[in-house]
Amino acid sequence: MNTISSRTTAPGMHTLRPHLHLDRLGSVIAGLMGLALFASPFVTYRANRIVSGEGRMLFDALPPAGALITIAVVLGVALCAVLAHRPLVRLAAASLGLCVIFPAVGFSAGFVTPAGNGFARVSPAIGFWLLALAFALLAADALTRLRLGPWGRLVALSIAAGALTLLLLSGAWGDLSLMKEYANRADSFWREARQHLWLAFGSMLAACLVGLPLGLASHRVPALRAALLQGLSIVQTIPSIALFGILIAPLGFLAANVPLAAALGIRGIGAAPAFIALFLYSLLPVVANTMAGLCQVPADVIEAARGMGMSRRQRLVQIELPLALPVILAGIRIVLVQNLGLATIAALIGGGGFGTFVFQGIGQTAIDLVLLGAIPTVALSFAAAIILDAVIDLTRRGAHDRD
Amino acid sequence: MSARAVILRVAALLLLVAFVTAPQLFAFAFAPLTANDAPAIYNQGSLLALTLSHVRIVVLATLASTVLAVTLGIFVTRPGGREFLPLSRSLVNIGQTFPPIAVLAIAVPLVGFGEKPTFIALFLYGLLPIFENTLAGLTDVSPRTLEAARGMGMNARQRLWQVELPLALPVILAGIRLSVIISLGTATIGSTVAAKGLGEVIIAGLQSNNVAFILQGGLVVALLAVLIHDGLGLAERATARRLGRPVDEIA
Repeated sequence: MNTISSRTTAPGMHTLRPHLHLDRLGSVIAGLMGLALFASPFVTYRANRIVSGEGRMLFDALPPAGALITIAVVLGVALCAVLAHRPLVRLAAASLGLCVIFPAVGFSAGFVTPAGNGFARVSPAIGFWLLALAFALLAADALTRLRLGPWGRLVALSIAAGALTLLLLSGAWGDLSLMKEYANRADSFWREARQHLWLAFGSMLAACLVGLPLGLASHRVPALRAALLQGLSIVQTIPSIALFGILIAPLGFLAANVPLAAALGIRGIGAAPAFIALFLYSLLPVVANTMAGLCQVPADVIEAARGMGMSRRQRLVQIELPLALPVILAGIRIVLVQNLGLATIAALIGGGGFGTFVFQGIGQTAIDLVLLGAIPTVALSFAAAIILDAVIDLTRRGAHDRD
Repeated sequence: MSARAVILRVAALLLLVAFVTAPQLFAFAFAPLTANDAPAIYNQGSLLALTLSHVRIVVLATLASTVLAVTLGIFVTRPGGREFLPLSRSLVNIGQTFPPIAVLAIAVPLVGFGEKPTFIALFLYGLLPIFENTLAGLTDVSPRTLEAARGMGMNARQRLWQVELPLALPVILAGIRLSVIISLGTATIGSTVAAKGLGEVIIAGLQSNNVAFILQGGLVVALLAVLIHDGLGLAERATARRLGRPVDEIA
């Protein structure tokens, strides 16, 4: 098995392959596509925003020509998944699939909605999501096998982001329920987006400003180390909504009694407790990774720097911090991804952010409203993870060059 | 473990049990936090029942994720499943960028309110750390050890059960521990979709502006998390010691 797969992935060997080799992963993915295409509804039609809907199979969701083209493309991609072995071919097939079904679902919304009906809602159904999942899996597998370097991954991310922006700007999704929810709230959407980013990035920056010196100090002073790490670990065990809630009391007291605090916009409920809670959660990864990064700098490197006559400060700035940078950045990646997700909870205490739509949506059992909050959150964390992973790889490379 | 550490843990356990069985005994400590004669101790249900159902859903979800994640981890490291290995590695990476609340919120329209969406979110979210650690544990077994096992005449199944899994066990346990701790926190968010659990206490506090409630719910969850974290850590160290490995090796 091992020998076969290594042979088929070797360049130039494809034409010599004596037997047809079926890709197992590709077969599973193709099965998923079959299930999505022939056994699941493509879109859900609802007479208004909150009633339960009825599923429409692909053939009822698109005009015959459109449905045929979509089915043909999906079957073609499925065939590629099973038979093609070159990652680039598989990636191209998966991208083609995504480029067809995303506009198709928007087009389908316009087709299914009766003319002039302003209340009807059309949302992507399980069939669409399964197809999107299958294509995404195929693309992810191909990208993994291509072993892209940091720059390659950044380029792939920008292409995906560009395609998505183009799709949204083109108005092809205008008839989908998700975009109708957005159109009704376009102003508040961007306000909450800014708030979400401010909560996540602001608390991360604050945690870096405080956490880096703390990590440095506890690297130098072992006595501080255990106490600090233990304290910060305990903070991590407090559930997020409890920590958000607990902070309301002291901040409310502060706002009521210190005019300056109130003038700065600090209130018991709202963004302030959320910001502080995110900051507290962020400290542990920053402090722990700063310490771990500094500890792994080889002693002989520091010794050599001392031998060259570098002062303590020079050693820190020119040797230790650059060598520790990849590990410190790994801590910042954890913090950023965690904060982008946790900032959703801020909405529970009036702190705003994308969570506002999620909780409103849960309250109204309006899934499209939930998605309006959830999709940007997931997309942001996903992009942040990819970008920071690439940056970490680049700094690691830089650190090795210096070695 | 030093005597002081043991005493501290026993004290924490006693405090937890005492608090959830007879919370009124602690009313004096929470009373200063309330205003306008609000109740100091959660009075809309039994803390014990909420704690038990909180723990139950976490344990059930973790058991389910452990079974699936370990099975999948074994599958993708066997020769027959190798084609799935690169993708599963990326999926673990991608999956962890999904915030739990998003999983929870998307599950509600599919399965309705209550325990089910919480269970699904905990189950899915719990898969990742266990799967990741199963992979790490199984792929870290040195080829030389496996070669030796093969030389002793062990077949693939024997190598898995008698060599690979025992060697990977401490790392797998570390994944389970991480998964349980994340789930304990996430289960509190489950109360926003009407799952029974300690989140109810916190949300009741948020809604009635009663810090005493928020603190109670938070403290019980935090104590649970610290104790479970410690208990599972002991189990890991015991298995690692049996393998004759330094304890530091498992993070």
